[in-house]
Amino acid sequence: MAEGEARYRKKRLDRGIKARADTIFAIASYKEILYLALPRALPVIILFSLPFILTGYWGKVLVYACVYGLLALSWDFLASCGLFSLGQAFFLGIGAYIAGTLSYYFHWPPVITLPIATIGGGVISAALLSPVVRLRGVYFAMVTLMLPMLFMKMIETTGIFGGAQGLSALKPLAKGWVGTYLMISVFLACLFIFRRIINEDYGLVLRAIRDDDRAVMSAAINIYWRKIQALFVAGAVGGFAGAFLTHHYQFVGMSVFALDYSILPVAAAALGGPGTFAGAALGSMILVPLSEALRALSGLRIAIYCVIMILSVIALPEGIFHYIERKYHQFERLVRVG
Amino acid sequence: MGKTEGQAILKVERLGKHFGGVQAVHDVSFSLGQGEFLGIIGPNGSGKTTLVNLITGFVKPDSGKVIYRGEDITGKMPYTIAGLGISRTFQMVRLFYNLPAYKNLIIPLSSSRVKRLRGGEYGERDDVAVDLLDDMGFERDSFVPYKLAGSLPHGYLKRLDLARAMALRPDLLILDELFSGMAMSEVASTLPLIEKFHEEGLTIIMIEHRLKELFRVVDRVMVLNYGEKIAEGSPQEVMGTETVKKAYLGIEVEIP
Repeated sequence: MAEGEARYRKKRLDRGIKARADTIFAIASYKEILYLALPRALPVIILFSLPFILTGYWGKVLVYACVYGLLALSWDFLASCGLFSLGQAFFLGIGAYIAGTLSYYFHWPPVITLPIATIGGGVISAALLSPVVRLRGVYFAMVTLMLPMLFMKMIETTGIFGGAQGLSALKPLAKGWVGTYLMISVFLACLFIFRRIINEDYGLVLRAIRDDDRAVMSAAINIYWRKIQALFVAGAVGGFAGAFLTHHYQFVGMSVFALDYSILPVAAAALGGPGTFAGAALGSMILVPLSEALRALSGLRIAIYCVIMILSVIALPEGIFHYIERKYHQFERLVRVG
Repeated sequence: MGKTEGQAILKVERLGKHFGGVQAVHDVSFSLGQGEFLGIIGPNGSGKTTLVNLITGFVKPDSGKVIYRGEDITGKMPYTIAGLGISRTFQMVRLFYNLPAYKNLIIPLSSSRVKRLRGGEYGERDDVAVDLLDDMGFERDSFVPYKLAGSLPHGYLKRLDLARAMALRPDLLILDELFSGMAMSEVASTLPLIEKFHEEGLTIIMIEHRLKELFRVVDRVMVLNYGEKIAEGSPQEVMGTETVKKAYLGIEVEIP
């Protein structure tokens, strides 16, 4: 209340696109172009230039983060139509074993096994989970949580597909950066395609199924068929990630059904902000390197990792990406009021 | 098949459903002619909404049959029944509030039924949706169709639910207490719409507590009480029945 002292108030403005028609943007200046293009170009530029900077160990971590990123995207896609999966390892494992068996028994090269594992992974995942698409929420989650364990135990006890030893000496991916860039390209393509699909009419119906499946049924839409389609997409993406890992390590074993592959994608989506895909991608780009960096702490690694996760979820329950997106479209300035 | 059924579009035969010990619907039979307008009335809890749920497949009946255009649709999935042309509104509107109003219609407009009726193509769904809403009194020029559904007043939401049901291009429209919670002025603006649909040949079943408005538009009324049909006929006949007066009204109602 001091006399003569200027008082300020924070004023927040929502910056938006000035005029927007259905498909074209009315762009006024290079600033507006940058405003629109930069957030989309940035991840592409960063991810494509990272392999130049990161070599050796951290280069491998980058590829690994993309694999987890694909699983997180696949999780987010399923979640967008109300299917909460705790079994991303299942999708990964199916793809990994398809590529592994084709490579081991028939000596087919990755050029053939990768597409087959992608499509086959989608088909098998959708077929095996189609009886349970009527289950909702936690019941579906429980079934998906059990499936990878079931497969792991089956392979261990029956000894099929190499049993506990797994299949090794498989065909490698092409030498050099081909594998790295293949993974990054697929990851980015998946991210942008998913973001587009979910805002199209097709994605609108999927999101509507999540929000109120009875209302969608009364609109003459077979919600179970749509869910099976979503399972196919999620299974195909996970299957590609698995097939990639198989050829990357030239080995496939029961470890592809490990719980890590189920839990970390969910954690990544929760940290980044579910429902946006960009959040899931960002989350895995943070969590996987973080988890690797903490390896130096050996025993305490998991504990610290958990604490970071809990703190971030409490501090930013909406997710990092939602927060960044909101702030990006706002700008604050101080306005003199007194 | 239409010949043997006469002109009946819907035949309900001895339909029954109980929830635990409560007999929600008991041995209800009725038939509905092509282009007819049937009103269903009854006190709260008399089984009206359950009857709608049984017909539209949201609840599976314990006994009885639902025949639609000569085809037994008892116990079929709700989306199959909706695809055959039975569209409904909900007593508690089921809409997507975080979407613009017109985007709510994209969902029925994405169904294979609409594609078939439009000659094998979906068309520009956004335009079709806005056109539909414009006809329903969501003035395009006032940008009401583009507003978030959650920001619209209750009367508009009820009409949006009606538009959602009409987007399927139904042959039989079931309105479950469309006017509940609507202001008099909103009812007055919605009633002509329904009359227009009826004049254009749409078969309608309307469940309503606002008898005055209902009796103005319906051909025939059916009265339910404790899940049983206690009367059926023209509004005058039904309201003259002692049992109806006793069970439901307890008072005299002036019939226009």
